[in-house]
Amino acid sequence: MSRATLSRRGFISASLIAGGGLLFDLAVPIAKAADGTPVIINAFIRILPDNRVIIGAKNAEIGQGAKTMLPMLIAEELDVDWAQVSIEQTHADAKIFGGQSAGGSRTTPREWLPMRQAGAAARAMLVAAAAAQWGVAAEMLTTGSGKVTDPKTGKSIPYATLAGAAAKLPAPDPATLKLKDPANFHIIGQSVGGVDTPAIVAGRPLFGIDVKLPGMLHAVLETCPAFGGTFKSANLDAVRALPGIAHVLTIKGDGTPESGYDGVAILAKSWWTANQARETLKVEWDDSAVTGFSTQGYAAQAATRAKGKADGNIVRTGDVDGAFASADKVVTADYSYPFLAHATLEPQNCTALFKDGAIEIWAPTQNPESGRGLVAQALGLPPEKIRINFSRIGGGFGRRLMNDYMVQAARIAAQVPGVPVKLLFTRADDMGRDFYRPAGWHGFRAALNKDGALTAFHDHFITFGKDGKPVRSAELSPGELPAGLIDHVLFEQSFLSTNMPTGWLRAPGSNALAFVYQAFMDEIAAAAGKDLPTLMLELLSKTAQVSQGANRPPFVTARARGVIEKALAMGDWANRTALPKGQGKGFAFYYSHAGYFAEVVEVAVADGVPKVRTVWVAGDVGGHIINPINALHQVQGSVIEGLGQALAGQAITQVAGAIEQANFDTHPLQRIPDTPTIHVEFVKTDYPPTGLGEPALPPVIPALINAIHAATGKRIRSLPVTAEMLV
Amino acid sequence: MAISLTVNGKKRQVEGDPAKPLLWVLREDLDLVGTKFGCGAGLCGACTVHVDGQAVRSCQTLLGDVKGAAVTTIEGAAATDVGKRIAASWIAQDVPQCGYCQAGQIMSATALLSQTPKPTDEDIDAAMIGNLCRCSTYVRIRAAIKAAAA
Ligand code: FES
Ligand code: FES
Repeated sequence: MSRATLSRRGFISASLIAGGGLLFDLAVPIAKAADGTPVIINAFIRILPDNRVIIGAKNAEIGQGAKTMLPMLIAEELDVDWAQVSIEQTHADAKIFGGQSAGGSRTTPREWLPMRQAGAAARAMLVAAAAAQWGVAAEMLTTGSGKVTDPKTGKSIPYATLAGAAAKLPAPDPATLKLKDPANFHIIGQSVGGVDTPAIVAGRPLFGIDVKLPGMLHAVLETCPAFGGTFKSANLDAVRALPGIAHVLTIKGDGTPESGYDGVAILAKSWWTANQARETLKVEWDDSAVTGFSTQGYAAQAATRAKGKADGNIVRTGDVDGAFASADKVVTADYSYPFLAHATLEPQNCTALFKDGAIEIWAPTQNPESGRGLVAQALGLPPEKIRINFSRIGGGFGRRLMNDYMVQAARIAAQVPGVPVKLLFTRADDMGRDFYRPAGWHGFRAALNKDGALTAFHDHFITFGKDGKPVRSAELSPGELPAGLIDHVLFEQSFLSTNMPTGWLRAPGSNALAFVYQAFMDEIAAAAGKDLPTLMLELLSKTAQVSQGANRPPFVTARARGVIEKALAMGDWANRTALPKGQGKGFAFYYSHAGYFAEVVEVAVADGVPKVRTVWVAGDVGGHIINPINALHQVQGSVIEGLGQALAGQAITQVAGAIEQANFDTHPLQRIPDTPTIHVEFVKTDYPPTGLGEPALPPVIPALINAIHAATGKRIRSLPVTAEMLV
Repeated sequence: MAISLTVNGKKRQVEGDPAKPLLWVLREDLDLVGTKFGCGAGLCGACTVHVDGQAVRSCQTLLGDVKGAAVTTIEGAAATDVGKRIAASWIAQDVPQCGYCQAGQIMSATALLSQTPKPTDEDIDAAMIGNLCRCSTYVRIRAAIKAAAA
């Protein structure tokens, strides 16, 4: 679609709304997407007669702050005061809004320019309207607080008065827009509280679980505890006969976790009634193909595979064999980590209404368009017959990049046309029907020369795979440091098979790899007679950049060194040995999601129990921290979550194809007494801003593990940390 | 059988199974969805409400148990002076991230401050340990309680 056709369709329009307000819809064609087609961003800037401005927030809010941050970008360039702005969540429609997935810490880098252009385009049109009215050149006029001012005459006109005329003007080419000099930012860089915070504090309905429609039924869904089991038979009539039960339906899945497995849905006016009926429900599943999978089995297979030849190489550079043969010292260690659940506090849920061959969905989803595709497939509906509304999301962490709950709600709703249905998982359903962070095993070898320099690095990674490829979130990048920093590198992988669905957990891949790589590097540093930051700084001084592959910004070693030096200063690293016995400081650096983070952890270990006292975090996510208060919150949350992965006792285990954990007693989270003091500083560098939902998490785990070593002399090589490992 | 109770200062009659947890009575029968379901097992605190001034887990409290009792939920929490201070403090500190646990956090914090106007860190730990926050907003929860107590 060319800009011209967009323009003919009218990507800017003004219309009167009830009550006499002027609706000023703005759609700005934005620079071409990677595949060459123009992406349209419709920012829905509406200017009301009283000069209030309503800005549409296009991404799901999962607690990462996007609902506040994206409108801040628009408001900045529109040049209004934040107090004038109200925010509305848009619905899901990639054709209108462009990409709306919330994941991978990509919202900030993706939207930093287009959202500001959307605001700047509207501002330019308002200024042009004022210029025409006053008969002066647009360049002579200034804006601020939602007004256009002529500095010569001192006259101003509020945007509301200009909106009608502005909306009739042609939209400017985004490439010609002059964006603000950052020195004049008055919203970007200011701390802005979450837009929904007052409503949350008042307990207003905001979340998917709160959706209520007239005549709505509540549903629970029983599926085979062993992933992939299929439905054979059930005492459906016995359940139907229970008081208060409206429907008992068999649900035909497509055999994939993404779309959903076979199940039995029970519908009632009350969710509690529906869920109680599961005590009566007896289902016979055919799970013979999947009951052979177990945690013990994986561990035994991994141990065997570790001794044998790998399935294949991920990367081999230089002369690895030669470097090991001529090494002065070889360091070896085996590391591992378990499966983890997302355990969002709001269990997965979705409301759906199927009517007249179309479906409307209210979903807490991080990734609506992929859900639309799956629903279309499952129901045989054209995608345009599916409307998806966002709700606020009670925690994402990557769980809601998957849309199984949406598809299952759609399948249920399709069987009761005209009746809205809300499907809600119990905690056990939620924990047992997740897309888990995959477990993994690493057999490491490192070669040091006589000068104590790291010359070669070898990882035999035992992971989960299918058809010769790692399953979702089970891959190791060929660029994982120290690859790119030393000459002789061999990463190999071997695959185990599993029926466990795997998925992206906050800082996917990195949350596990940071632990094993930076903890093993701490061992290498010790063998070389230095500390980890010294080793890292040495390695990071050899080259300026390490490529991260096409379409991704390169890793810049100066930025890494910047945060490392900052963290060392913040955490008083030089004096770490002055700590009393049983206490220690550990360090780690990790780069993920385009963010550079170095962290120092101070821990005290008594009677086998580590207590984290203080964490110092230095991060570099570019030249601007868009919303400093939210940035701080993201880092605090990442740090505590990472510590929880190591210390709270989290491990998802499997017996006979099914998950053993069902609630927070067996998959615990950090609680308030576990909260350390957290110091956060950002090193600002001259790069466009990148996301903060994830990159602060990975390094805290190895920094903790290295601190435990400093405090106790014990190397932790597998998670979670247990008391037995420390006594 | 109708069971009568007071919810946020209003007399309410609920027709239903006395074994139904108060959580679902609030959410389904009384249309008060601010109280949240997180675990259904007394492990997360998302469902915390006050019954006669005490913080309880509404998923573990049955309708039959609250006959004649005074129940306060998040929707009515700001009716008291302590509740107002907590709400203001929560907003000032911008405590929530996803926000899902916060109703429960606020109800536990309000009960704490009502009974212990100047809580120590240990008091805060003891009163709030039952309230999980998956987003880990604990730093601000502690700060907001302290600010509200000051
Ligand atoms: S829902 Fe009641 S304690 Fe979790
Ligand atoms: S704010 Fe998300 S669970 Fe507490």
